[in-house]
Amino acid sequence: MSIATSTLRGLYEQMLLIRVFETEAERQYKAARIGGYCHLSSGQEAATVGSTHALDPGDLLVTGYRCHGFALARGVPADAVMAELFGRVDGCAHGRGGSMHLLDVSRGYYGGWGIVAGQLPIATGLALGLVRQGRAQAVLCELGDGAVNMGAWHESLNLAAVWRLPVVFLVMNNEYGMGTSVERASAVTDLYRRAASYDLPAERVDGDDLLAVAQASATLLAGAREERRAAVLELVTYRHRGHSVADAGLAYRTRGEIDEHIQRDPIFRVRALLAQEGVSDDELDGLMGAAEEQVAAAVAASVASPPPAVSTLATGMYAPGSAAQFAGMLPGAPFGERELVFAGGLGE
Amino acid sequence: MSTTQAPPQRAEPVDRPGFETMTYREALRLAMREEMLRDERVFVMGEEVGVFDGAYKVTAGLLGEFGSDRVRDTPISEEGFVGAGVGAAMLGERPIVEIMTINFLLVAMDQVVNHAAKIGAMFGGEVRCPLVIRTPNGAGNQLTAQHSQSFEGWFAGTPGLKVLAPATPADAKGLLKAAIRDDDPVLVVENLAIYKERGEVPLDPDFITPIGLAAVAREGTDVTLIAHSYATVRALHVAERLERTHGISAEVVDLRSLRPLDVETVAASVAKTSRAVCIEEGWPTYGVSAELAARIQYVCFDDLDAPVERVGMAEVPLPYAKELENAALPNEQRIQAAVLATLGRAA
Repeated sequence: MSIATSTLRGLYEQMLLIRVFETEAERQYKAARIGGYCHLSSGQEAATVGSTHALDPGDLLVTGYRCHGFALARGVPADAVMAELFGRVDGCAHGRGGSMHLLDVSRGYYGGWGIVAGQLPIATGLALGLVRQGRAQAVLCELGDGAVNMGAWHESLNLAAVWRLPVVFLVMNNEYGMGTSVERASAVTDLYRRAASYDLPAERVDGDDLLAVAQASATLLAGAREERRAAVLELVTYRHRGHSVADAGLAYRTRGEIDEHIQRDPIFRVRALLAQEGVSDDELDGLMGAAEEQVAAAVAASVASPPPAVSTLATGMYAPGSAAQFAGMLPGAPFGERELVFAGGLGE
Repeated sequence: MSTTQAPPQRAEPVDRPGFETMTYREALRLAMREEMLRDERVFVMGEEVGVFDGAYKVTAGLLGEFGSDRVRDTPISEEGFVGAGVGAAMLGERPIVEIMTINFLLVAMDQVVNHAAKIGAMFGGEVRCPLVIRTPNGAGNQLTAQHSQSFEGWFAGTPGLKVLAPATPADAKGLLKAAIRDDDPVLVVENLAIYKERGEVPLDPDFITPIGLAAVAREGTDVTLIAHSYATVRALHVAERLERTHGISAEVVDLRSLRPLDVETVAASVAKTSRAVCIEEGWPTYGVSAELAARIQYVCFDDLDAPVERVGMAEVPLPYAKELENAALPNEQRIQAAVLATLGRAA
């Protein structure tokens, strides 16, 4: 795939931003400024950035919970992503979602979802919505290699095929579903081959090859947009860190295996491409510095952003106008419910 | 009713202007039809809703009028198509998803509870999910353990959902329309036995039953019977019989809405009668009646002259044999016995 050097440079900047962001998120997690689960995607940058690059502005994106990179690649400001991890009001979900539930509807990003494969039926529904609204756009639905053994995978692929829905299922095969390898979990380890059950086109690509990912994603997304043809794209990649920050990642794989992947870091591969195109080492180093500055600024903005007020505990749970519907529920409500839930103007 | 046909053999009650007597099933269909005519975004999907005319014929005729884009037959994939409804709703569509019976909704529990219910709060109010799921509960036709359940209490216990359970044709229309127009995920629990019940239904296309308001279905002074769905029909029969046979004046509160729950109306009635019997089709333990009893004892502590009584399905997987099934149902004999016990009266 031929690609303008300026475009490649932009994608490289995104990859750097994700790597620096994830590294900083781990540091902040260990400093107890980020709580909950924190699933990092270091090592998966080429797959993340290459596939997201193939999206049109009007296309939609849905992901699982390893979603920091996708949010950043889709253009969600690092400030809003980091603030969400910090649980602050300026987070993209206003401190309600955290690491696993990023979103930005203005950029067509309909969420990071935390139940394995739960986002697949929703992605088919978003695609149905696009069709009903006469929009020739596509949905890109990210999932992990573990999700293909859920019933929702089967139901969603079948529905997408029989209803001809414009959705591309992007399997991020990083070789392990938590600590269980694909070999131990799946009877057919070439996961893309399962698409044959639904007569859907499918491809398997080296997920650490940015340009190959971008090209395959563009082809399948175009088929979805133009011919309403659902598809499966399997990207073979590797996560450098554990399943989450709490997992050292060594119980189920060796140090040697991890190091081998780090030697083949997808970021190095793109850097080499840019060097071939004549971009100087100084300039490439400068891009790294810029990413570091951006992430440092995101941390500063997150520290400065206030936590959500307790009076807003129930904000957003129900649509505006719902408070009147719930007024009759106050008498006999559990202790404290009036102050915690109703006082905030449930749905107002 | 056509005027060109021969006059009916027996006298039919004449409907008031603006009303028509119809079945609960027809009232639901009218609600969907009116809303589909009013709003292009409204569409129906589910198993057998189109070509088959609906497993219980609620959607009969809609495919012919609106076409297969708006009346969509689905494969047998509840998790898949409930989730598809969630996604379409997030994009601003107004899906009505029919689940053949509430028993099968458990297959889609993850989409309802872990996904639809979470969207508003978990995403900080950035996106909404105006999804309607319609499904009947109920027992009584020897459908046995897997097809005779009433799980509405499970869903009503989930913040983020709204759960409605109409007991009359008018409320079937009014509440389903309110659900379709609502911006949140709403579960409308219908009932197999009420589908054929008839009642007067307003024809005004803008008539809706407000969400969160219980109705006093029958006024009385001696005891309050609180119910929803088919249990309301049973309670009304018992109340009428007790008036005739025992001179007891029973008030019946029809909850109509389980979440939000109109405790105000319940409490006002119990404050008047000082006695409460909570009735439901499902199992009472951890059920709707348990929730009611807890709230009534708190709000009406000084008003009560007797412990709050409860009647529900006997706590067993429902057996097949007719004699056993009858014994397990919250039937009118059991409700009547509970009311008399609450009043300290002999059967």
